[in-house]
Amino acid sequence: MEVTTNASVEETQVWGGGNKPLNASYGKMMMWFFIVSDALTFTGFLVSYGFSRFKNINSWPIADEVFTHFPFLHGIDAPMYYVALMTFILIFSSVTMVLAVDAGHHMNKAKVTFYMLLTIIGGAIFVGSQAWEWKNFIKGEYGALETRGGQILQFVNAETGKRAAIQEFALGIESDRATHQSYNGIWYEDEKALPNVSVAEVKKGFLADPNLVIRTQQLTEEGQKTVLTRDASLAKIDEAVGVVEGANLIHNEYGNRLFADFFFFITGFHGFHVLSGVVINVIIFFNVILGTYERRGHYEMVEKVGLYWHFVDLVWVFVFTFFYLV
Amino acid sequence: MAAEGHKLAIFRGLLKFKSNQQKIWGVLIFLSIVTTIEVALGIIKPEVLMSSFLRMKLLNWIFIILTIVKAYYIAWDFMHIRDERSGLKNAIVLPLVILIPYLAFILLLEADYIFDVMEAGFVAWDF
Repeated sequence: MEVTTNASVEETQVWGGGNKPLNASYGKMMMWFFIVSDALTFTGFLVSYGFSRFKNINSWPIADEVFTHFPFLHGIDAPMYYVALMTFILIFSSVTMVLAVDAGHHMNKAKVTFYMLLTIIGGAIFVGSQAWEWKNFIKGEYGALETRGGQILQFVNAETGKRAAIQEFALGIESDRATHQSYNGIWYEDEKALPNVSVAEVKKGFLADPNLVIRTQQLTEEGQKTVLTRDASLAKIDEAVGVVEGANLIHNEYGNRLFADFFFFITGFHGFHVLSGVVINVIIFFNVILGTYERRGHYEMVEKVGLYWHFVDLVWVFVFTFFYLV
Repeated sequence: MAAEGHKLAIFRGLLKFKSNQQKIWGVLIFLSIVTTIEVALGIIKPEVLMSSFLRMKLLNWIFIILTIVKAYYIAWDFMHIRDERSGLKNAIVLPLVILIPYLAFILLLEADYIFDVMEAGFVAWDF
């Protein structure tokens, strides 16, 4: 392609058109401006996350306790390892993308194809990993009770200091309470599925085991969750009104429900970006195979989707920091 | 297109690469090192870095600074901002550099104020 530099342009030609002061094509520039506006969107999300966090600075969930899973390692406490791996995968797929762009500059079709394929695979692995993270987060681990004010009460074994799962210590109570279905009610309204254990069962199990104490949402000076004494726990458990298992947009066993809301919203929005990035990459990949860009004489389309792909990586770097590290 | 017009030096010319591919791998190694440091710090949580500075733990400041460093290298070398004309460079970077800290500042300050109100107010939030 022709390269027009400002120095070589005659004064009379400056206003005659065809001059590129930014030395970038229309498409590339628009991709950049889209990225700038998208970056500001993500800024809005992440800053509002920061807002909620600073607003609840003494009761925010500790990320290390929330994301502790690693595939195939059951019951092993592995905070952050998996997200770190996901970060590496995404950075690596960014690298293969930039290698594809570089190969495109050299009009090397075989290499562009190969690197684009690696990029797509990396992106797909990342989206899958994120789905897995969501699954663990939604399913929950130990379960908790919720008070009328929406505070979460978790349980700890005072002897071992380990968290206690409500499923394990709750004692069954004979009850006739069944999930209300629309066919057996007058008002034809369905009820949400009942939790596996009821508040009364958790309470009974709690009273039966003198080692159990309650851990509240409040953070201590050292940034740890406050663990109540047995006596304070016995008083506290009467405030509980509901059982929470896992997390959704309304309840969150890990602590403040805003944490779950932001987690779903921001990682979901980012995951959607990755997904659409993979789809666009696939389209470009097939165009490369079909030789579209070979005939066009340049691989600028690869460069443009590359910009988008790197941007997705860039956002993840920030999401990783603000959700998992800080 | 400036196919061969890549600037091949990073760290202000401290490290020069022979080709663009080499630079990409070099930047990958650098980003990996930074991420590893972040994860290691996040797991160890050194006691020294737990002291507070400007209402935030020192460790968290380190995380944020390292993140910005990573973002810089992703944008500059992977997205080729380093090779763009300064006009385009500024058009992209300046709005973000000005607006993001501004938004973060006003919202976090407001959140801190709301925290104080909730803490010292006469309404019980934990009942």
